[in-house]
Amino acid sequence: MLIFEKSSTGRQAGGQAPANQIEAGDIPASMLRKDKPTLPEVSELQAVRHYTQLSQKNYSIDTQFYPLGSCTMKYNPRACNSLAMLPGFLGRHPLNQNSVSQGYLGCLYELQEILADVTGMRKISLAGMAGAQGEFAGMSMIRAYHQARGDDNRTEVLVPDAAHGTNPATAIMCGMKVREIPTNKKGDVDLEVLRTMVGPQTAGLMLTNPSTLGVFERRIMEISKTIHEAGGLLYYDGANLNAILGKARPGDMGFDVIHLNLHKTFSTPHGGGGPGAAAIGVGERLEPYLPVPHVVKEGEDCRWADENDIPDTIGRLSAFGGNAGVLLRAYVYIRMLGREGMQRVAEFATLNANYLMKRMKENGFDLAFDGRRATHEFIVTLKRQAKEHDATAMDYAKRLLDYGHHAPTTYFPLLVPECLLIEPTETEDKDTLDNFANAMRLIDEEARMNVETLKTAPVSTPLRRVDDVKAARELNLIWRPDQIDEQADNKVA
Amino acid sequence: MSKIPDDLKYSKSHEWVRVEDGNVIIVGITDHAQAALGDMVFVETPQTGTRLDAEEACSVVESVKSASDIYSPAAGEIVAGNSNLADSPELINDDPYGEGWIFQMRVDDTDALVGLMNAQAYEAFCEEE
Repeated sequence: MLIFEKSSTGRQAGGQAPANQIEAGDIPASMLRKDKPTLPEVSELQAVRHYTQLSQKNYSIDTQFYPLGSCTMKYNPRACNSLAMLPGFLGRHPLNQNSVSQGYLGCLYELQEILADVTGMRKISLAGMAGAQGEFAGMSMIRAYHQARGDDNRTEVLVPDAAHGTNPATAIMCGMKVREIPTNKKGDVDLEVLRTMVGPQTAGLMLTNPSTLGVFERRIMEISKTIHEAGGLLYYDGANLNAILGKARPGDMGFDVIHLNLHKTFSTPHGGGGPGAAAIGVGERLEPYLPVPHVVKEGEDCRWADENDIPDTIGRLSAFGGNAGVLLRAYVYIRMLGREGMQRVAEFATLNANYLMKRMKENGFDLAFDGRRATHEFIVTLKRQAKEHDATAMDYAKRLLDYGHHAPTTYFPLLVPECLLIEPTETEDKDTLDNFANAMRLIDEEARMNVETLKTAPVSTPLRRVDDVKAARELNLIWRPDQIDEQADNKVA
Repeated sequence: MSKIPDDLKYSKSHEWVRVEDGNVIIVGITDHAQAALGDMVFVETPQTGTRLDAEEACSVVESVKSASDIYSPAAGEIVAGNSNLADSPELINDDPYGEGWIFQMRVDDTDALVGLMNAQAYEAFCEEE
């Protein structure tokens, strides 16, 4: 129920009204509105209850397990939040002079240096406002590199068929042509086919490692050699960095440019869709094109570098140097973990994934890449259950909600039919993983005994199964006050 | 079991092809493909007159699960796109081999279609996949 539907004319929360009324008598009569604005009129207690109840309907990492593969929905320590909100950070004006911003700039400079070290890149810019912008910046740099060399015919970008959809979208946005590299049966990029695809038209390769299939690209050194020998560059999508953090470095694998989703791997809640932050890292070849602004240090002093410092930069990605709050959270998180702590993130993320994968297999589930070690996530395919019991991955996902778990990612990657992409993350304990495995086993039994239990799920959530087909076909995102009347009319009819 | 009519030809990317007179072919996606993709929510059909190479992506079908490219089975020119799909993408789910056709094209050379599978071969291909 919307708060507008609880509204009753004349009701108000007087105690919450501002004590000092603003004098606004000098507004000309012609500019004054004639009718009252449409606002909900409720008591203080009604407002408190309404929003408290809404918050209770939320599903969040603070209340339950959230194994959403490919998204790294891990717990973000409270300390990151509170330290990023120290009064000095919160009150700092983005246009402050450098001389009074040394504390903040120092944090960003250190963050750049640490990220460069942990990824094996030469320089980092923190200007990207989101993962998509980080990708765009990376591919723009590759384009700038080829253009500067007069290599104008390099217009093809190779993307594995398992890639995130953002990769081909980025390449297209940068005016490139996308060619899809097939994956072999074991989940690796098909290197033999890749070798036949490269040539003087190759601008570069976009790769996520570990891949979206939940496995490490074992022949990465041969892949990067193949691309470099053909004159192309390698772009690293940092979506799955959590699995190798502090353990393996994209720079050592031969990547020329990377973007990291700081909001995934480095502690910012991002389930609501933002804000995010992309750290963009470059190797030697692309250093001249690094986006601005980023922080440079001269002697003891930090300052923003701009177009004057790097004339060949692809340009400015954000007005004030990135999403300050996200960058500070990432900085605090990294400093709390330290070098060894970052390695533990990768160790526990992969340990948890491999443990849960083994439990799932014991429970009779089919793994998409059986025999491969999982990275920080793994894929279960419910193709057999769909065929034998008409129980789809979506049905399992919906039923999981009744067992108190958020569903894993469904139907991605597209290569694996009826798949669940499960990422437990490093912050979950063994009991939680066991509970999830048990819930999946029970659902599997339900699928065999009475599939209707799955088909009608969820039954315990505030909303039952939503009509996602209707929602996609008749998208309606704008609420209008007169809809209350329309809805009332519809109910009568 | 999905329907695989005997009188059509099939591609590995799950399009069906009906060969008409005068080098014209009709293309859609198979029953197997529509079942795998799920409920359609959006279809983009190619513009009449568009020149296509063989195996060139020329349409997009978007379902609740994913967005997929549809490829031209051979080089040629688009004669028509199914305009009914704009308002009723569900035709692909309801009637994949009939009302749910996606585009018609005039191929340069019907010999280019010999690489397509017959119904029997396509059924085996789906089993294996």
